[in-house]
Amino acid sequence: MSRLCLVLSGLIALALPLSLLAGRVWIAPWAEPVPHAATILAELRLPRGTLALVIGAGLGGAGAAMQGYLRNPLADPGLFGIAPSAAFGAVMALFLGIAGIPLVLPAFALIGAGGAMAMLAVIAGRGGIGMGGGIALFTLAGLMIASLAGTLTSLAISLSPNPFATSEIVTWLMGALTDRSWADVWIAGPLTLAGLVVLWSTGRSLDALTLGEQAALSLGVQAKRLQWCIVLGIGLVVGAGVAVAGIIGFVGLMVPHIVRPFTDRRPSSLILPSALAGALLVLVADTFCRVLPMATELRLGIALSVLGAPFFLALLLRLRRTLA
Amino acid sequence: MMLSAENLTVRRGAAKVVTEASFALEPGRLTAIVGPNGAGKSSVLAALAGLLPASGKVMLDGRDITTIAPRERARTIGFLPQQAEAAWDVSVRTLVGLGRLPWRSVPGRPARADRQADESAIEHSLQVMELESLAERPVSHLSGGERARAMMARVLAGQPAWILADEPLASLDLAHQQRLMGQLRAETDAGRGIAVVVHDLATAMNRADRVIVLDRGRIVGNGVPDVALNETLVSEVWQVRVQWTGDSGHRALIVI
Repeated sequence: MSRLCLVLSGLIALALPLSLLAGRVWIAPWAEPVPHAATILAELRLPRGTLALVIGAGLGGAGAAMQGYLRNPLADPGLFGIAPSAAFGAVMALFLGIAGIPLVLPAFALIGAGGAMAMLAVIAGRGGIGMGGGIALFTLAGLMIASLAGTLTSLAISLSPNPFATSEIVTWLMGALTDRSWADVWIAGPLTLAGLVVLWSTGRSLDALTLGEQAALSLGVQAKRLQWCIVLGIGLVVGAGVAVAGIIGFVGLMVPHIVRPFTDRRPSSLILPSALAGALLVLVADTFCRVLPMATELRLGIALSVLGAPFFLALLLRLRRTLA
Repeated sequence: MMLSAENLTVRRGAAKVVTEASFALEPGRLTAIVGPNGAGKSSVLAALAGLLPASGKVMLDGRDITTIAPRERARTIGFLPQQAEAAWDVSVRTLVGLGRLPWRSVPGRPARADRQADESAIEHSLQVMELESLAERPVSHLSGGERARAMMARVLAGQPAWILADEPLASLDLAHQQRLMGQLRAETDAGRGIAVVVHDLATAMNRADRVIVLDRGRIVGNGVPDVALNETLVSEVWQVRVQWTGDSGHRALIVI
C-alpha cells in the first residue's frame, strides 16, 4: 500500500470516531453521560458513518476508473446514465406509494441501475476487434440513457398522485444519509465492494488506454472485456449508492482531481486512493450536515454540491494557470 | 520467426483500404513501408499487429495471429501508433513503463523479480532513446521530438521480437531522424524484426533492408530498396518525375 493510502486510511481512522461523537446530541466520553448513548452510537451514528464511508469510497473509486476509461478529467460516474436510471427506479417506488415496504425502494433502484446496465451491454455487445464503435459512441449512448431516465423522473414527479408524494420524491432525489440503518449498509456495502474490486482489476487496461485506443489494443487490452468490467463495476457501485442514499454528485468528479497530483497520475494508481479520499470526504461532509444548526438537516447531496462547485472552479482556474 | 500477411484485405466501411496484400517480414531486417497519402500504409501496419479486423491471414511464427492471446501477442509485437497520445500528464519514466504492461499477469504491484526486469528494461530504453535526463519530466513539458522519442522508448521497453512503427520519424528533426534510424538498426542487429512507415523515400532507400511500396491499397513494389524504389515505379506511384543521385547508401532523390 502506498504512503498516500496509509495517510488517507489514518485520516479515516481519526475522522470516524470523531464523527460518531458529533450530532444534535454531542456524545463525549469526558462530558456528562447522555441517556441512550449506546443506542445512538450503535444504531444511528455507526451505520450512518459506515454508509458514508461506503458511498464515498464507491463514488471516489468509480470516478477515478471512469476518468481513466474515458481518458477525460471531466468524466463522472454519472455519465453512463446508471445513476439517473437507479434514481428513476427509486422514484417509481415512491410514485407507486410502496416505498414504505422494507427493501422495496433499494430494490427498485437496483432494478433501474440494472436496466441501464443492460442497455449499455446491448450497445457494448456490438462491434468486433476494437473498442466496439469507439468509447465516444458508448458514452453518447450513456448520455442518452441518462437523459431518458431524467425525463421519466420528471414525468413521474409531474404525474405524482398527491403533493405528499411529490415532496417525498423531490426530497429523496437530493441524496442524504439521514436515518439510515444497518440494513442499508448490508445492501450497499457488499455491492460497492464487489464493484470496486471489479474496477480495481481494470487498472492495467486503464493505464494502457493512456496512450490511446490503438496503443492500448497493441498492449494486449481486451476492449470488450474492459467495457464489460467498467459497466459492471460502475453499475454495482453507483446502483448500490443511489439505492440507499439517492443521488450524490461531485464526489466522483472532484476526488480524483484532488488525489491525482499526489500519485504518478496513472489511472491504476488513482483508484484506491480515490476510494479512500472519497470515503473521507463524504464522512466529513455528512458530519457537517449533522451538526449545522438548522431547523431541518442540510441534505448531503446539496452540501457536497455547495462545497464542491466553488472548489472545483478554483481547481480549474489553477489548472488553467499551470497549463498556460 | 516470421511475421507474414496472406491476402490481407482491410475494409473501412464499404471501401477497401488494403487489397489482398501478401508479404513476409524477417527477423533482423528493417523493412520500410512507403506510399502516397491514403495508400493504406497505416492500415497494413495495424492489421499486421492484429489491431484491425481484416480478411486474409496474418501469421506469426506459423500461427494465425487471431488465435494468439492478446497479452502474448503484445509481448511479441510492439506497435507505435502514428499519434503520440498521452491522456494523463505522467512522467517520461512512467510513460515508458507502460510498455511493460503486457508482462504483468495480475493487477496490482508486480513481484520483486518482475519489478527488477521492468526497471532494467525501462532504464535500457531510456538510455537508448537518450531520455535519461528527461526521465522525471512530465510529458506535457516535452517538445514534439522528445515526446516522439519517449513513445518509441515505450515500445522498446516491452522488448518485443517485432517492432511495427507508424511514422516514427514524423516529428523528429534531421539529426534525431538519423539517430532513431541508427537505433532501429541496432535493434535489428539484436535480432528484432522492424517495419516502419516512412514518408521520406531517401531514408527508405538508404536505411532499409527492404521496401514495400503501396499504392491505393495494393502492393506495387516489394524488395531490396534499389529494386522496389526504382525511378520508373516512384514516378508512376507518386506521379512526380524523379531521379536518384549519389552512391549506394547515400542516395538523394531529385524531382525533375
